Formats: sequence, structure tokens, C-alpha cells
Amino acid sequence: MAENVTPRVRVPREASAGETISIRTLISHPMETGQRRDGDGNLIPRSIINRFVCSFNGETVLDVTIEPSVSTNPYFQFEAVVPESGTFTFTWYDDDGSVYEETADIAVN
Amino acid sequence: MTFTRRQFVGTTLTAAIALATLPGLAQADAVDDAISTFTGGAEMGSDGITLIAPEIAENGNTVPIEVDAPGAEAIIVFAPGNPNPDVATFHFGPLSGSSAASTRIRLAGEQDVIAVARMRDGTFQMARQNVRVTIGGCGG
Repeated sequence: MAENVTPRVRVPREASAGETISIRTLISHPMETGQRRDGDGNLIPRSIINRFVCSFNGETVLDVTIEPSVSTNPYFQFEAVVPESGTFTFTWYDDDGSVYEETADIAVN
Repeated sequence: MTFTRRQFVGTTLTAAIALATLPGLAQADAVDDAISTFTGGAEMGSDGITLIAPEIAENGNTVPIEVDAPGAEAIIVFAPGNPNPDVATFHFGPLSGSSAASTRIRLAGEQDVIAVARMRDGTFQMARQNVRVTIGGCGG
């Protein structure tokens, strides 16, 4: 597992039924591209987050295939429709097999 | 002054090699192939997609971009001047509020960032934006 991988998400706490909201997500991760060399001149192998998925009550909002050209600490901002109260689930998949998850509840009034 | 054939061939070859190794064209063929795979060779419009990227990026390690293509089911982004030209593919699910997303990317040097959208009606749109980079961002 990569070290100190911390996900952070910003989701409104409330929305009206059917409203479109903006979501921001960030995860701390070095996103090692496989292009850098270490002190001895050896290539440091690639190790990145390769996929990010946001879903709401089990339905997909966004599914991103991520390649090494995405910056360190991958950041995404996107919009979701909120039909009812529920929970957003955010999942990041690491090359090394680790899976990081974060959730956020939202209340529809 | 007349050029000998040898001089002409030598000069052209050198120019061709120089052109092929320009950072902006480093992976141009690979990107063309990747785009054809994504579109199946279909024509691409340009009015239905917006790609926002800075004209000059201070730091090639983190360049903010935004893609927006109303009605798209997926948008794929390329950086042809990077050692790895693929950047990301955004798939918009049933609960997406728009076919738009923002992120931050690495750019190794000046190049045209390219975004191609597959619309829900099966058509394709493409946008490109040139970005000049003051400090390259691929660790090379």
C-alpha cells in the first residue's frame, strides 16, 4: 500500500430532490509515473491510482480511468444529480491493489 | 549555390529527425491511433466540446484543465507531448449532473492538450488547446 494515502471529499450536506450539485475530491498519492530515476539512475517503477469511481446509492455518477499524466494528489471536480437522500461512495483503485474509500451523506429536503 | 544530392538527403533527414523529436510531437502517432480506436475512425465535430486549459502553465507538474461536452457519455484526454500521452477517460454515469469534469495534469513541455468526447447519440467531438509550460512536469 502507498504511504499516507488520505482521501478528502467536499459534498454539500443538503440538496433539493433532483438538484445538481458540485463535488470535489482529492486524494494524497505520489502518482509515481515510472519516468523518474532514483539516486542510482534506476527507473522508479510506476505506481499510480488508476481508477476513481463515484456512486450514489449504488448508481454510478462518474468513473475515471486514470493514467500517469494526471498530477500527484489527483483532484477531480464534477457534478451529480441528487434524486433522494442517501450516501455518496468514492473509491480509488491503486496499481498495487489497494482500494481507498470515502463516503458522504446527503439529505434531500 | 547548388546542393549535391548527398547534402539534400542529409539535410532533409536531419530536419525530419529534429521534427520527430520535438516534445509537442513526441507521441503524436500514438495519440492518433488512440483517438481512432476511441472513435472507430468516425468524423469529429468541434462545436460540442469545450476544453479549458491555461495558455501558459507556470508549473508543468500541475496544470488545471476542464472538459465539458453536454450530452457526452465519455471524454478522453491526451497530452501528446508527454512520455505517456494518455491522461484520463471520464465516463459519465446515470447520476452525473453534467458531462463535465475538472482535474490537474502533468505536461512535459509545450503541446496541444486534446479532448475527444463520445456523445450519447454515437457522434464524436474534439477540442484542442495549446499550453506553454515554463517548468516541465514529467520528472525527466
